[in-house]
Amino acid sequence: MKPSAPSKSRPLELVFEIGCEEIPAGMLSKAEEELRANVEKLLTAEELSAGTVVETFSTSRRLSAWVQGLPAKQTDVELEVTGPPKSVAYDSVGAPTRAALSFAEKQRVHVNSLYLLQTPKGEYLAAKQIKSGRTAEQILTAVLPRTVHDLTWPRSMTWTGLGGPRFIRPIRWVVAILDGKPLKLTITGLTAGNVTRGHRFLGSNAIRVTSFADYEKKLHSNGVILRAARRQEKIAKELEGLAKRGNYRVHEDPELQKLVTYLNEYPTVIQGDFDPAFLNLPDEILVTVMRDHQKYFAIENKSGELAPHFLAVINADEDTKGIIRAGHERVLRARFADARFFWESDQKCRLADYLSKLERVTYESRLGSYRDKVERIRDIARWLTEQWFNLGMLQAHVAEADRAAELAKCDLATEMVREFPELQGIVGGLYARAQGEPDEIADAIYDHYRPVGLDDPIPRNLTGCAVALADKVDSVVGCLAVGIVPTGSSDPYGLRRASLGIVKIILEKKLPVSLSLAIGAAAKALVTHKPKRGVTPGQEAKALDFILDRAKFVFREREQFGYDEVSAVFRAGADDLVDAQKRLVALKAIRKSKNFEPLAVSFKRIRKILEKAGVPLTNERHVNPELFESAAERDLHSAVRTAASKVLSFKRGGKYQEALEVIAGLRPTVDRFFDEVMVMAEKEAVRNNRLALLAELLREFTTVADFSEIGGEEGS
Amino acid sequence: MKVKVKLEKQAKGLSFQDLVLQLSQFWVKQGCVLQQPYDVEVGAGTMHPETFLRVLGPHPYRVGYVQPSRRPADGRYGENPNRLYKHFQFQVILKPSPVDIQDVYLKSLRAIGIRLKDHDIRFEEDNWESPTLGAWGIGWQVLLDGLEITQFTYFQQSGGIDLDPISVELTYGLERICAFLQGVESVYDLRWSADKTYGDVRLLEEQQLSVYSFDRSDSAAIRSEFELQEKQAKELLDAFKGTKGKERARYPLLAAYDLCLKCSHLFNLMDARGVISTTERAALMGRVRALACRTASSYLEQLNETAAPLGVGA
Repeated sequence: MKPSAPSKSRPLELVFEIGCEEIPAGMLSKAEEELRANVEKLLTAEELSAGTVVETFSTSRRLSAWVQGLPAKQTDVELEVTGPPKSVAYDSVGAPTRAALSFAEKQRVHVNSLYLLQTPKGEYLAAKQIKSGRTAEQILTAVLPRTVHDLTWPRSMTWTGLGGPRFIRPIRWVVAILDGKPLKLTITGLTAGNVTRGHRFLGSNAIRVTSFADYEKKLHSNGVILRAARRQEKIAKELEGLAKRGNYRVHEDPELQKLVTYLNEYPTVIQGDFDPAFLNLPDEILVTVMRDHQKYFAIENKSGELAPHFLAVINADEDTKGIIRAGHERVLRARFADARFFWESDQKCRLADYLSKLERVTYESRLGSYRDKVERIRDIARWLTEQWFNLGMLQAHVAEADRAAELAKCDLATEMVREFPELQGIVGGLYARAQGEPDEIADAIYDHYRPVGLDDPIPRNLTGCAVALADKVDSVVGCLAVGIVPTGSSDPYGLRRASLGIVKIILEKKLPVSLSLAIGAAAKALVTHKPKRGVTPGQEAKALDFILDRAKFVFREREQFGYDEVSAVFRAGADDLVDAQKRLVALKAIRKSKNFEPLAVSFKRIRKILEKAGVPLTNERHVNPELFESAAERDLHSAVRTAASKVLSFKRGGKYQEALEVIAGLRPTVDRFFDEVMVMAEKEAVRNNRLALLAELLREFTTVADFSEIGGEEGS
Repeated sequence: MKVKVKLEKQAKGLSFQDLVLQLSQFWVKQGCVLQQPYDVEVGAGTMHPETFLRVLGPHPYRVGYVQPSRRPADGRYGENPNRLYKHFQFQVILKPSPVDIQDVYLKSLRAIGIRLKDHDIRFEEDNWESPTLGAWGIGWQVLLDGLEITQFTYFQQSGGIDLDPISVELTYGLERICAFLQGVESVYDLRWSADKTYGDVRLLEEQQLSVYSFDRSDSAAIRSEFELQEKQAKELLDAFKGTKGKERARYPLLAAYDLCLKCSHLFNLMDARGVISTTERAALMGRVRALACRTASSYLEQLNETAAPLGVGA
């Protein structure tokens, strides 16, 4: 098939809009993107994409697409149809046979326009056919609805019944205009037309449109700003303007800005005030009430102190009578009054008094209540800080860590956290401080859920790190022990996040933690306290692998180490992540030196030889110098012995790069060995001795990083 | 506690009772049956059989009613201006869901004196779910100048059964709307009638029932009552299977449902007393849900076999 001359007709414009009842604001930007991809995919599949530009838009009540430069029709395609072979098509005098005539008839061409075509099978009769392209109108009418049906939503619904259409919210109107004329298509039973609707309260309910320019302009005069970027600009400008009036600034919140951009078809910012007496409440609580519950922006003075005002984004053009402002102020007043009520009533008893209430808050049915978890966290936190203290870390405070762990979960039983679950930990920290606990303990409680993601900071002090680690290790070990294993996107107990948190805290704070011992401590706590859950060595190993997998991820994705570098270092052990990190840095540094990669190849070869001969590295066979037959053997043996003691002392001093350099220096000796010595000698004693030498070499020199993991053959 | 009875000279907004009357009238004009509150304690208007059972099956229906909703754990001894042991909902069910339902709803706000153009009205995503009823739906909370005034839901399932056709459920929070209209801060200051406040009418009830549910209820007795009601409901539902003919057509599934509602309220009483752990909580809710779902599926069988259950013309 080859295209004939491109059609010369004028490019067309498509305006397409799906009108809905309010679509959840958080889903729109993705839907906009998906609609664009769907339209582009369709145009490509239908051979209509050449020269087109697709843009998509959304507001809470509509999803729109605008296609410019659309060809009026598919290009015509010339087809070549082959018929009978020449020998059948023409008789001995070269006149067309019945076969040729009937082929011409079938192809609806004159017999004279038939021609011969050379093919690998010989000459055949052929005819030209023009397949004329379908028009854009025909195609779009048939397939445009698919771009809507194919949109994916987190949770769809039906608004008519079981056999009815499904979408994120009911679809109420459809606009589809090609070159000024409505397309005759139907979506979810609605016939498309050229009539859109404006803003619910600022516009008309029936607006006839002809082109995209007309559509956008008329929407605007009917209270709808179509482009999200324009809405966001308006919001940002008005936020800033209002804040500046009082010499304040807006409490940064890009996520909230995005949300209100998609929540309102015509966003306008108004300022409201609240009683400064509420400023006695902690900022965290005030901001959470304003942001999470009312979608208001807080404003603050230059030193970051909250001002008794808020900025609300409304879906209206003005509030001349101040009615809207009064309403929002009234709602916030009630919300703040509630928060103050909780703040006061929660603190009628002390934080520690909530411990007994935690008995009724289940963590996981087989792992007991949060009261049980608290005892486990205390054990692990004490164990960690004792270890650190014994290593000379003077800021490791066992008693403080124990106290912080004891109080860390108490806020889960308070009314404040029941009302504002996103404030867990923070509320406990605030109460602890208000009740006179030392800052160290209050901060540790406040921070102990951190980090909640790789970009979230770790706890501020060491005590907080101990409690955070203890909580997370308990979660990982406990859940894996009862068979809760995260799969795909499902991780209800947040075990991946907990493991990432463990890795991030250890690495950032450079903490000496043996992961296997910490897991052992968690296992011991699990069996010690109610509900006395036993953890098998196999489950402990699983927990270690689970955390190490996250650590590998962090080293690869966040610290940019190579896949093979991480494998090499982890193969040599990564129980101490800080140490593993040092070895990774050393390995990365030495990798470029000339001896390194060739030596890695030799190590790989050694590992293969040993595997083939069935010699395990752990099985330490004695090397007997008496059995050496060549100088190359003898030299390698003595080089290994000398290097081994050097490597050991460098390693002890944490000088990994130096240790690796010593190992890399073995390269000429190793190369010579392989050049001159046959490992698999005839005599069994000699052969075994050589294998023992290689095993020793691999054993001694893969403790910093296993070189045989390095280089080309990854994944093999 | 002394109750203020102070009437403003120029009363602003509808009185509580006028609000109920206006909404009733509005929805009657939309073709709704004006029903009355259900006489078993419920936590929400959805639990009224006029919602829970009516949304099942194919028969069109439109109904509106006020439902006092008891939530023992929300009681505050009459001391909190916004939280109540019992509050009132105005509930509307439209089956099947009309295409212009959002517009009709907004007209109902006009009918109670809200000038839409003067306000900031928004439909914000809020999907509703009742785990004890095996019911859920998709929709919004309607915000009026930042105040949540209505839950607007396209019902998808009731009693674990996919609904066909879909009903729309509108639940107006009457106290909130009334406080907004009247511009008062405390629910107890609302004008209920020309000369009585909400506090005059209801404060004593809030105080006493809070004391009962937090301090004086006998949780052991409540627990055994839960078991008894559940047992009877199960027995009723079990016996439905073997019924035939006329006996089957008039089999008291509605009584089984009443027993299920009682269990739900008894559960709420235990919960308010703080005697239910999280694990047990899930288990108890599961038991109530099992009754609700079994009632719903039996009811639907009965509905399909007989022409006119609950008196609906076929």
